Amino acid sequence: MKTSQFIELLSSDLQPIRRGVVGRTLALALLIGGAAAFGLMLVTVGLRPDLFEGASSTLLAVKLPFTVSLIGIGTLFLIAASHPGRNARRRLALAFLPFLAIASLALGAILLATPMAREDMVFGPEWLTCVICIPLFAIVPFATLIWVLHLAAPTDLRRAGAGAGLVAAALGATAYAFHCPGDSLPFIAVWYGLPILFWTFLGAILGPRLLRW
Amino acid sequence: MDAKATERELQSLMIEGLGGDAVAYKTLLSKLSGYLRAYFRGRLARMGRGTVDAEDLVQEALIGIHTRRHTYDPSQPFTPWAYAIARYKLLDHLRRTKVSIKDLPIEGAEELIAHDDLSDAESAFDLQRLLDRISPKMRQAIQYVKLDGLSVSEAAARSGMSESAIKVSVHRGMKALALLISKGRST
Repeated sequence: MKTSQFIELLSSDLQPIRRGVVGRTLALALLIGGAAAFGLMLVTVGLRPDLFEGASSTLLAVKLPFTVSLIGIGTLFLIAASHPGRNARRRLALAFLPFLAIASLALGAILLATPMAREDMVFGPEWLTCVICIPLFAIVPFATLIWVLHLAAPTDLRRAGAGAGLVAAALGATAYAFHCPGDSLPFIAVWYGLPILFWTFLGAILGPRLLRW
Repeated sequence: MDAKATERELQSLMIEGLGGDAVAYKTLLSKLSGYLRAYFRGRLARMGRGTVDAEDLVQEALIGIHTRRHTYDPSQPFTPWAYAIARYKLLDHLRRTKVSIKDLPIEGAEELIAHDDLSDAESAFDLQRLLDRISPKMRQAIQYVKLDGLSVSEAAARSGMSESAIKVSVHRGMKALALLISKGRST
């Protein structure tokens, strides 16, 4: 087909474009994904029984700052990655900061603890549930985020996939935090950090397959 | 024209196009196709690839630009946005065609008959096969008006349809074709 005919085709019946479509769908995807993760937490493991009896201090002081900052950084990255021509790389690199912070805190806590207490700090209550639930809770958010990226125009599919995995797992971890009985810093660093990193890498692998356009 | 003036011109055409101005949008795509053609041919040649695929790439990039035009933010410059899409389509093409690097001799022959960058080059994309997939009425109207270059009244006389029926068929047919193209290529 001649390119001039082709251009005629594309410009025939041109519809006006509403502004900010990508931002709106992204907000919707985060909302649906987050609600699904939270709902799944409620029906499977349920809220931590002592959540409203003073047990929420670690949740507010450590778990949520860690996971929510990852959601924030990852979302800013996904906005940039959805728009061709924006420098998104630097924004994804920022995600190292929360990991660095939680890792240093965990290391400090381990060094300060007695050798006897160290193992209990890492292999705290329900660590296995934690590594299973967080990746599981991340599945729906990942699907909704991939849907958003599919409607947008990511040009670095590996990074875009990694960003979707990161945000999805951070949403899953946020939901799980409302159940999580483990309160030590090393516990959070390891059993929250690893599933989130796992989903980030999985997203990087799936990105090029799922997001081609 | 220098790069800044080009950027300003393309950006304002794009913004008008996003608002639904089909004339501005068509001008934009025509101008872009020239830049894209030069870009793809240059890159393919520099990599030792044949430039026969350049026209397919031009059209792939135009589809990308068209179907993803909602991702352009009018507060940002236009050229980096379009370039990122063109570059993505080139890389995607190179990944997909890795196996065919050996086909060098065939390309030599093609080079001889290749059009220059401003000419209306043809892609391997088969319009006839697309036309077969829309209704006969639309197909005939498009054949007369868009491909044979007849006026609407000539097409009406030849087909026995009314002039407004021709116009409607062309319009609907073009819409259907555009849909087929974006479906077939962008997914």
